[in-house]
Amino acid sequence: MRVEVDQPRCVASGQCVLMAPEVFDQDDDGIVLLLSSDPDPVHEEGVRESAAVCPAAAIRLLEN
Amino acid sequence: MTDTLTDTPAQLPELPMPRASGCPFDPPPALRGLQAGRPVSRVRIWDGSSPWLITRHEDVRALLGDPRISADPSLPGYPHRTAGLKVRDQTRRTFITMDDPEHARLRRMVTAPFAIRKVEALRPSIQQIVDDLIDALLAGPKPVDLVESFALPLPSLVICELLGVPYEKHDFFQRNTRVIVRRTSTAEELLAASEALTDYLDELLTVKLADPGDDLLSQLAVQRVATGEMTQRQAAETGVLLLGAGHETTANMIALGTLALLRNPDQLALLRDTDDPRTVAGAVEELLRYLTITHSGRRRVAVADIEIDGQVIRAGDGVVFANEIANRDPEAFPEPDRLDLTRDARRHVAFGYGVHQCLGQPLARVELQVVYSTLYSRIPTLELATDMDRLEFKHDGLVYGVYELPVTW
Ligand code: SF4
Repeated sequence: MRVEVDQPRCVASGQCVLMAPEVFDQDDDGIVLLLSSDPDPVHEEGVRESAAVCPAAAIRLLEN
Repeated sequence: MTDTLTDTPAQLPELPMPRASGCPFDPPPALRGLQAGRPVSRVRIWDGSSPWLITRHEDVRALLGDPRISADPSLPGYPHRTAGLKVRDQTRRTFITMDDPEHARLRRMVTAPFAIRKVEALRPSIQQIVDDLIDALLAGPKPVDLVESFALPLPSLVICELLGVPYEKHDFFQRNTRVIVRRTSTAEELLAASEALTDYLDELLTVKLADPGDDLLSQLAVQRVATGEMTQRQAAETGVLLLGAGHETTANMIALGTLALLRNPDQLALLRDTDDPRTVAGAVEELLRYLTITHSGRRRVAVADIEIDGQVIRAGDGVVFANEIANRDPEAFPEPDRLDLTRDARRHVAFGYGVHQCLGQPLARVELQVVYSTLYSRIPTLELATDMDRLEFKHDGLVYGVYELPVTW
């Protein structure tokens, strides 16, 4: 799985950080930071849930 | 468009709809009927206009994330909640009534303190406030009104601390906030209350500009007002928005959530007997879903034609998102009317959806997690001190809840 984030869309709700803290973080303003674009399979479920709950559709998943 | 041809506005179901008597937690039965039969249909609101009502979970999420849907209350067709809010929202603009890119620019000026790590750093002080309030409860007389003595002070104390507003003024804030969220307030009352709060925060910003502290208003003063990015009045209005949102919503979740748990003792026991933070976090999501206190719906207006579920929402049509019934959509949540703290409820839309989704949600989550994991274990015999049918519910409020919750132990 590959992950992309669209920072200009992010509204800093922090949900991705709650679901998958290994993959997402936030900068000082709360905007999403991608820690790994190629996450370990054990974190895939959290990443999928993050993409599903992200209110701004700022997380894109590309299955490989 | 068949709806508009066959139904005259007078025949349309009217919003808000009454809840079933004796069932204070469930959404109005008529909303369920619409969700099952006509999930995208027209309703009539107070001013005689007939916006669309969106009731399915999937549709709510799709449309609230759709750029063809605008949050701008100055556009014709916008379905205002009340006459008072119509005047207020058109004259006092904050980011919640703007579309991108203005919305994003202004919202980002206040997102910093709500980042997960910053909110987590507040957890110990929130725990301290909760423990102190419970100490005071236990030391005082009983029965006691849980709203007045616990549910309201906690979020007030927390948001005052975060904004840098002296808590001593809480009577003033609570009184004026109540006017703003009351559905029956006149435009004059609402404007006067908003004005009083804005004036006060405006003065406070002047003080903070001269002598900044480590709080959100100081940051706004120094980083935004002093640099000309925001006017001082805009900063004050943003402060009023956060102060009000921080007061009312969490307070109602605490009191109404406690009542729902007292009515579901097996569920309450799950919270009382756990010290697993994940169980508590999951329980908070389920209570948010089940109660959906933002029962007046999200309000928007279409800025282009949108086809959905066989209907065409035209540009200029108002749209109301009934998130209370969306959160009870059986397609999204099996057996939706059951309060089940162990279910995965994270996709609920109690905080809204799309770019306007609640900014304060990380803070609300931590407050509720601390409350629900502390209150019932510290007062395991907590019980209602009155009859259920004597409780008064905020049917008339923008935010649902109970006015008073007499409890004893
Ligand atoms: S969930 Fe989406 S909007 Fe929220 S912080 Fe993550 S990327 Fe941003």
